[in-house]
Amino acid sequence: MAKIKLATIWLCGCSGCHMSFLDLDEWLLELAEKVDVVYSPVASDVKEYPEDVDVCLVEGGVANEENLELIRIARERTKFLISFGDCAVTANVPALRNMLGGAEPVLKRCYLELGDANPQLPNFPGIVPELLDRVRPVHELVHVDLFMPGCPPPADRIQATIEPLLRGEKPVMEGREMIKFG
Amino acid sequence: MAKTVLIDPVTRIEGHAKISIFLDDAGEVEDARFHVVEFRGFEKFCEGRPMWEMAGITARICGICPVSHLLASAKTGDKIQAVKVPPAGEKLRRMMNLGQITQSHALSFFHLSSPDFLLGWDSDPATRNVFGLIAADPDLARSGIRLRQFGQTVIELLGAKKIHPAWAVPGGVRSPLSEEGRAWIRDRLPESRATLDTALGLFKQLLDKFSTEVETFGLFPSLFMGLVGKDGVWEHYDGHLRFKDSEGNMVADGLSEDDYQDFMGEAVEPWSYLKFPYYKPLGYPDGIYRVGPLARLNICDRMGTEAADRELQEFRDRAGGVATSSFFYHYARLVEILAALERIEQLVEDPDIVSKRTRAEAGINSLEGIGVSEAPRGTLFHHYNVDENGIIKKVNMIIATGQNNLAMNKTVAQIAKHYIHGNEIPEGLLNRVEAGIRAFDPCLSCSTHAFGQMPLHIQLVGSSGDVVDEVWRH
Repeated sequence: MAKIKLATIWLCGCSGCHMSFLDLDEWLLELAEKVDVVYSPVASDVKEYPEDVDVCLVEGGVANEENLELIRIARERTKFLISFGDCAVTANVPALRNMLGGAEPVLKRCYLELGDANPQLPNFPGIVPELLDRVRPVHELVHVDLFMPGCPPPADRIQATIEPLLRGEKPVMEGREMIKFG
Repeated sequence: MAKTVLIDPVTRIEGHAKISIFLDDAGEVEDARFHVVEFRGFEKFCEGRPMWEMAGITARICGICPVSHLLASAKTGDKIQAVKVPPAGEKLRRMMNLGQITQSHALSFFHLSSPDFLLGWDSDPATRNVFGLIAADPDLARSGIRLRQFGQTVIELLGAKKIHPAWAVPGGVRSPLSEEGRAWIRDRLPESRATLDTALGLFKQLLDKFSTEVETFGLFPSLFMGLVGKDGVWEHYDGHLRFKDSEGNMVADGLSEDDYQDFMGEAVEPWSYLKFPYYKPLGYPDGIYRVGPLARLNICDRMGTEAADRELQEFRDRAGGVATSSFFYHYARLVEILAALERIEQLVEDPDIVSKRTRAEAGINSLEGIGVSEAPRGTLFHHYNVDENGIIKKVNMIIATGQNNLAMNKTVAQIAKHYIHGNEIPEGLLNRVEAGIRAFDPCLSCSTHAFGQMPLHIQLVGSSGDVVDEVWRH
């Protein structure tokens, strides 16, 4: 059987979900025999999201222009997209800024009030992406095939989700072990 | 007419960043910049929340070093409650931090950086990663994975979760270590020590091979800052702050985190979301200093445990005194894992770690608190102002990696100037520029990239600074 092309991306999160993926520990050695990791910020040097990806784990909410661009590209080029962790599923902690009504209050606090040399708002078109006014969960922007909650999802849950996919089956997200938030 | 080469995204680091390299007409490097392109705004959206929530929320700043925020936040809470943490609470917090240093440094060495050392800077980018390492040297990959697992499991045995445990609280910690947990740690320590010895042996051989990298990956004078304990011993949890220079001279010692605003400033540049902390007496940007493993080894008098002290001596011999090359961060990280394992070995036999008296309870007794802890990547500060009910009025945080921002920028410029000449730039040379950043193991608490999703993006910039043409290179 051909190897599954697996990608992982992170949008606005803390990388805890990616760390939990690495907590698969020695199962990663088995996984390496069954998948090709074709794109991943922690496990690949490939710079461009490739075509024809079978499965993609998406960590984080959509918080800036580049998140938006990447999630659209990833959706277009991926067969099975998984919302990976609470930030992807609900926008979670980064979305605490939504109640402030926009990006400006958080930027002002950090760079104008707490910066003491050259206080200014970072702004460098093409390099520093502009923040969106709201942090949004992934499924608000693109279709999501599966939700895997958790902050982060523990490695056991990640393994139990990936294993059926390796057999060409859709994982069943049922019970406390699979669908608990936090 | 100038050209800019953009590395987007920088890969195999913790977080999202880009690097721009500015070339002159002759294709020589004029300058380079390290851009952090992610921002979340914790300092604002934590306002109005109860102080007791802060450890849980701020741990979510980072999935790689959640324990650092957990501890810095809990220590800030200790001060707001004006309590002394019971000895068991302090020892348990220390143990969790040592578990974290082990796992985070193992991740940096084995998962993120070793593909460069072992597979080659110029090897195929499609396999130059931890999975490529698994294919090339499964035994080494397995032992590295198991060393990181050891650190993560120490955290889990204490806090019930590997990532974001809700365990350290203002006043102490919620629970002691179980006897089963203690037995597990005791059993797995010898294997962890053996793996570390292998890694140290391997890296020392590489140091001889990589003399060019030692000379170009951030070799320059700067200040070094970190915590030291009693008698100047290496410290990771509590103590006082010390600055030393590249000659080993004491610049400032015995500083308290309570006064950090007197000696640390934070500058802002328009081209990065990461601020630029600097040592105030020298001003910006002259007050450049480095934090993290390299700095901690440079400022301490000794490590305080037997094997790590021997290793520190060898580290200093090989560096010729103060280690001023950022390539030595990798070596320093291994020495710190060794120190962490030795200290865990001592702590696991300490009767206090199973004591049930782990937490002091009190109300709001002070309206301001500043907490500090050594994160794997350097000194972390939390600063809260609260009202009488413990509701957060103001938050400031100075994150370890930010304090290396000036040094990381200087490093990418130095590497680019050494390796890049002419307009045709092989991918392997750009990987060296990225590897200079990997040496710092920056923790940018991630976001994404890929607006331009091409491996190389070349812009032609006119004298007025306008982009007059763009070239994408696949």
